[in-house]
Amino acid sequence: MSDAAEDKLVENGGSARSALGSRLSLAQVLLEGRAFFALIVIIAVFSFLSANYFSLSNFLIMTSQVAIFGLLAVGMLLVILSGGIDLSVGSTLALCGVFAGFLMQGIEIEALGVILYLPVWAVVVCTLGMGAFVGIVNGVLVAYFKVPAFVATLGSLYVARGAALLMTNGLTFNNLSGSVDLGNTGFEWLGFNRLWGIPISIFALTMVAVAAHLLLSRTAFGRWLYSTGGNASAAELSGVPVKYVIVMVYVLSGVCAAIAGIVLSSQLTSAGPTAGTTYELTAIAAVVVGGASLMGGRGNVRGTLLGAFVIVFLGAGLVIVGVSSYWQTVFTGAVIVLAVMLNSIQYKGAGKRG
Amino acid sequence: MSASAMAAASAGPVEQDEVVLSARHISKSFGAVHALKSVNFDVHRGQVTTLFGENGAGKSTLMKILSGVYQPTTGELVLDGQQVTIDSTVAARDLGVSIIHQELSLAPNTNVRDNIFLGREIRGPFGVDDKEEERQTRALMRELEEDIDPLTKIEDLRLGQQQIVEIARALSINSRILIMDEPTSALSASEVEVLFKVIHDLKSKGVSIVYISHHLEEALEITDHAVVLRDGSVTAFAPRAEIDLEWIVRNMVGDNFDLGSPPDAQSSGEPVLSIENITVPDPNGSSFALVDNFSLDLHAGEIVCIYGLMGAGRTELLECIAGRLPASSGRVVFKGEDISSLKISDRILKGLVLTPEDRQRDGLVQSMSVGQNLSLASIRNFVRGLFVSKQAEQEIVDRTIREVTVKTDSSNAAIGSLSGGNQQKVVIGKMLATRPDAILLDEPSRGIDIGAKAEVFGLLAEGAQGGLAVLFSTSEVGECLSIAHRILVMHKGKLSATFGPDATKEQIMAASGEVEINSPVNNTDRQLEGQNA
Repeated sequence: MSDAAEDKLVENGGSARSALGSRLSLAQVLLEGRAFFALIVIIAVFSFLSANYFSLSNFLIMTSQVAIFGLLAVGMLLVILSGGIDLSVGSTLALCGVFAGFLMQGIEIEALGVILYLPVWAVVVCTLGMGAFVGIVNGVLVAYFKVPAFVATLGSLYVARGAALLMTNGLTFNNLSGSVDLGNTGFEWLGFNRLWGIPISIFALTMVAVAAHLLLSRTAFGRWLYSTGGNASAAELSGVPVKYVIVMVYVLSGVCAAIAGIVLSSQLTSAGPTAGTTYELTAIAAVVVGGASLMGGRGNVRGTLLGAFVIVFLGAGLVIVGVSSYWQTVFTGAVIVLAVMLNSIQYKGAGKRG
Repeated sequence: MSASAMAAASAGPVEQDEVVLSARHISKSFGAVHALKSVNFDVHRGQVTTLFGENGAGKSTLMKILSGVYQPTTGELVLDGQQVTIDSTVAARDLGVSIIHQELSLAPNTNVRDNIFLGREIRGPFGVDDKEEERQTRALMRELEEDIDPLTKIEDLRLGQQQIVEIARALSINSRILIMDEPTSALSASEVEVLFKVIHDLKSKGVSIVYISHHLEEALEITDHAVVLRDGSVTAFAPRAEIDLEWIVRNMVGDNFDLGSPPDAQSSGEPVLSIENITVPDPNGSSFALVDNFSLDLHAGEIVCIYGLMGAGRTELLECIAGRLPASSGRVVFKGEDISSLKISDRILKGLVLTPEDRQRDGLVQSMSVGQNLSLASIRNFVRGLFVSKQAEQEIVDRTIREVTVKTDSSNAAIGSLSGGNQQKVVIGKMLATRPDAILLDEPSRGIDIGAKAEVFGLLAEGAQGGLAVLFSTSEVGECLSIAHRILVMHKGKLSATFGPDATKEQIMAASGEVEINSPVNNTDRQLEGQNA
């Protein structure tokens, strides 16, 4: 079934390329078309197989799942564009979730004998700061101490997870709703509530994605980032502050992970230290399925979001039609490898001299 | 062994003047760049054939074709009268052709024995037969009269000894044709003597040698045949008896291609850029510096050329001025301000820019378009509020493409689709778009054809007329003489001579150590260097 889907994917890609070729440049269609047509095929196939799949409520559920991975993937995209990788985002998500939960429980200041309850907006700001802090540590290690990104963020993966476990003693914060007396209600609003019937988490993803898109395509920082990933020494000689760029992308990735952590713990109205385990891998998968190059310098937000949609919609579809979860893992893996394989073919062509 | 004895030996009667390997009408193109144009080249059995030519003349490309690294675009190779295809280095090895590269290809973390037998280990009953390999390595070293223990790690050997190991490896596979690409550039005088003795022994065994060197005199000592390449074509060839140094230089440099003449100097008063006693230490910790106490002044509207051989310290000097390499002492003063402690990006903002020697590695971002590459250095200037103004950017990009005459379909074209000369213009245009007061160019003519060279130098002359201070490095004498107001010759990190535009090629080459006509002291220099290394 999935084989057929993938075959169709390739065929559709081929014909659409020529159809759209006149409007978009060929390279763009090649880069983004793949994930887009895969998504359409996935939706078509599962809608055909199950009546429940193609419904507004199911799409909203799936999309709020996309929100978590999408937030992580957008941050991951920035890091991957710089030629690095951030393995710590899953752990950072958990650490930030737990940190938010910890703040919601109130901070006991023994000297004064009071318990300080922060309003929700302050909790959110502190949590984002925590994500940024993890990012700064990663970025400084990579940019200034020349620790390979894989190793530096692998270390942070363990440290952040350990810190999250230490903070809660391995337990989960369940009471995140706050109370009216203390004026700190509303935490679950982010993950739980809907605006015009659409989950808030989707708005969060949209805002982050639009901001990231503008950052990449319209600002000098975006150009610096692409050039740093494409050729760091050329970028440096052109006056690009390469080290600053590298630190910033890890900070932004950490902040994205913090937002995802807040959204997830708000969706669950609980914050556990083991949340988000292996989410970093899913985020990386979304980025590469979206056409970004792990070597850095190539990729964009649209592709990455499509990648996140493909992975989540495929997984959810397999659940709905009752495929065993073991097979789901196999399919997800196959899609990732296929995507990267197509990336290599595509970039090999692009790198050729005329 | 003295030089005269050696020259006598090589000029002596060698009867078996037989061509073992011959390249016929070899052409090689890389995209739009024609590296070789219908080259004929013969290798004589048991003799040394030397290939002369300036940087970028196509020497290395030709050697890579002979040794199977590249495939010729057109033309054929004839070995022992039979047409052959050498489509890989392994195929070359099987045919008895070995190459010793300029950059040694040894694994530094393993020992001599393992390197010599790398990829063709002798199998024993229990894995690799180390004893037998060691015995053969010792035999090879005895043959080369070198006292190198087979179990020494490569990284513990001096460069000259590493070169001997490379030669031993080539001998161990019974090479009939040995290509040596600049084998002496890293050797001390005594090591060069050893190498020449080895070459003599190899000749007497019937091994044919192809030799490439920038030290013309040295090469003359051992060569039997000379072939001169210029801009991808063979300009002359002759047996040793018929040639002398002057013949080589004349054919190498050719008629002066008119790259323009120095624009009217308007330089006076305070220099824009002053380099004061800059020293750049060797990062490998050897006691002699890459740039040794170098000083120079550069005025507005002035074009200064730094001439020197590979490894003379030109690149290090320029990178140090641009802020890429730290200096251990000395200062860089720009427009009256000490900028020694500033980062590259701050120096660019002040108006001091560098275009690097290796444009693929350091100059261009391959994943970005022509336009994005052009605007990369000046992108700060197009920021309006938060965002880059596409319109302002496109204006500058279009203007730069026009000004530096980049031949491209559009500014959205992939940078890789341009020819080498146009890529170089993009690198220069990118830095000029920042409106600098001084530009440093490291070998701006490297790997571009003569027409593009003229255009690039035309650009520099134009810039200088507008008050830009230009400092460029080159290893082609003709270039210094055409447009520079002043020529500084660099040799082993030091300033060895300063000339005006009326200098002769021979004077410049002599000062660089390339031709050792008037400098009998040079030999002692080298001895000292050997001890230091």
